[in-house]
Amino acid sequence: MTEATLETGPVPASGAPPHPIVEFWRYFRGNPGAVGGLVVILAVLLLAVFADVVAPHSPVVTDQNAFLKPPVWQEGGSWTYPLGTDAIGRDMLSRLIHGARYSLVIGLAVVAISVLLGVVLGLIAGFAGGIVEIAIMRLMDIVLTMPSLLLAIVIVAILGPGLMNAMLAVAIVVLPHYVRLTRAAVLTELARPYVTAARVAGAGTLRLMFRTVLPNCMAPLIVQASLGISTAILDAAALGFLGLGAQPPAPEWGTMLADAREFVLRAWWVVTLPGIMILVTVLAFNLLGDGLRDALDPKLKR
Amino acid sequence: MSAVVEAHDLKRHYEIRRRLFAPPALLRAVDGVSFALEAGRTLAVVGESGCGKSTLGRVVTLIEKPSAGTLTLDGVEVASADRAARRRLRRTVQMVFQDPYGSLNPRQKVGSIIAEPLKINTRMSAKEREEAAREMMRRVGLRPEHYGRYPHMFSGGQRQRIAIARALMLRPRLVVADEPVSALDVSIQAQVLNLLMDLQEELRLAYLFISHDLGVVRHLADELMVMYLGTAVEQGPKAPIFEAPLHPYTQALLASTPSTEPEKKRQRIVLKGELPSPLDPPKGCPFSTRCPYVTDECRADRPKLRPLAGRLVACHYAERFLGS
Repeated sequence: MTEATLETGPVPASGAPPHPIVEFWRYFRGNPGAVGGLVVILAVLLLAVFADVVAPHSPVVTDQNAFLKPPVWQEGGSWTYPLGTDAIGRDMLSRLIHGARYSLVIGLAVVAISVLLGVVLGLIAGFAGGIVEIAIMRLMDIVLTMPSLLLAIVIVAILGPGLMNAMLAVAIVVLPHYVRLTRAAVLTELARPYVTAARVAGAGTLRLMFRTVLPNCMAPLIVQASLGISTAILDAAALGFLGLGAQPPAPEWGTMLADAREFVLRAWWVVTLPGIMILVTVLAFNLLGDGLRDALDPKLKR
Repeated sequence: MSAVVEAHDLKRHYEIRRRLFAPPALLRAVDGVSFALEAGRTLAVVGESGCGKSTLGRVVTLIEKPSAGTLTLDGVEVASADRAARRRLRRTVQMVFQDPYGSLNPRQKVGSIIAEPLKINTRMSAKEREEAAREMMRRVGLRPEHYGRYPHMFSGGQRQRIAIARALMLRPRLVVADEPVSALDVSIQAQVLNLLMDLQEELRLAYLFISHDLGVVRHLADELMVMYLGTAVEQGPKAPIFEAPLHPYTQALLASTPSTEPEKKRQRIVLKGELPSPLDPPKGCPFSTRCPYVTDECRADRPKLRPLAGRLVACHYAERFLGS
């Protein structure tokens, strides 16, 4: 037996392909947009975590002497309120910083709920086949046929307005994407011999689902999830704008937009600044998602 | 001594829907195959693509249920076994797959791939499993220190060693090897085949060796079964069949393998046409559409396997080839 070991020799260190994570990072690093997105997201994340320390004022306390004060670089602005105040005298900068918390929590929570549910449903559909698969997939098709925001509005109307219900509504709306992705990946993987090998080793259905097949389906799900965060933030902001999401005085960016819409012409900063925050954050997540897809999809690799 | 595996008139049919509302067609992938295999012996199943040899392997490995016929593993009839007995049978038969690049989970470390059968089927502790896996790695010629590596870091031959190690972890009595070396370089093929033969001697394994490479089969098999369109056309000990094949299909197969003695005069039989569709097999002898010696009797009447000159053969005119 030692002879056989010598015959094949050791695995050459240089010839072996690099570890998947190393390889992934190499591709990801070469994409400036994705790295930029990652930097912005990390900045927003830090702002959200340390909002209480960073923000100069409380996001909810009003200042009777400073209604609709313009930003510091405009005439009438002061360093007390660098980005001005809103209609009832709350500091815009502090509200925007605290709003990062809402947006990130909404984005992550929505994606977490829909990925979890979507993966489980997709695995069941892929493994069960037959009538179960048809039932799940057609139900998802029905959800997909409805305009997403309209469906979210209907769900919030049923559950009642509020941040939790808005997140749930958005999660249900984006669910079909994850179910479809998971099922498609499961069907591809199930045809591979290593799944049969695990069956021959005696693996049960649950083990096959979560231990054998799921880890091999993760790449498209990670990409979809990172892109999904931006959709979730956008949809939740839209619901907030319609008064169905986070309720005032919560400094959620969409809700801030809604509160300020009557001042569009008089005080541009109350409307524009939350809009820019949404834009920048969503753009950053999209760039990150694109970068992840390029790095994880072998078909797009050079 | 009793056989490790015994199959009697084993069949595996698939129902295929071709058009909406049309009655489903019956695909006879394996259509009545019988054999018995003892510990320490190798039965080679040969035939061209689509003859049902891989399906036979999947039925014997309990991945698929036979449509008809009986399969007895280690003295237990599979069809009548209850859940617990089936779990035990699971351990007596394991499989080595053709494609060493597809048969190992790319997200699992080699050690955990090899130890997985123990994790599922035994109550051994993690430490015991790791020890057993390292011991098995050493046994199949892998370095135990590669325990924590991923499959993509290994070459094809090494991967096939990993697959063999995994198959042997449960101490099976029968290993079904579905073209285990056909995806490997010729130089690596010999190493893996020798490993398989060493392990067979050491552990008294029975092999059901599926192959289309007659050179490999000649090296390794004790018994031979030549399959054509889901049935055995010639079956028996290796030596008489290789010396004097009595079925025209076996003759054609043997004539098509390259010889190491080019000066030896050989008659080449070149088959015309393709394997008929198993959805619509010929009425008489399955080989009648391509056989160079076909008669009207062959087209009308399906020949049965019958003993002749130390083997079983399914041809009406097998006696004709005895002297030649």
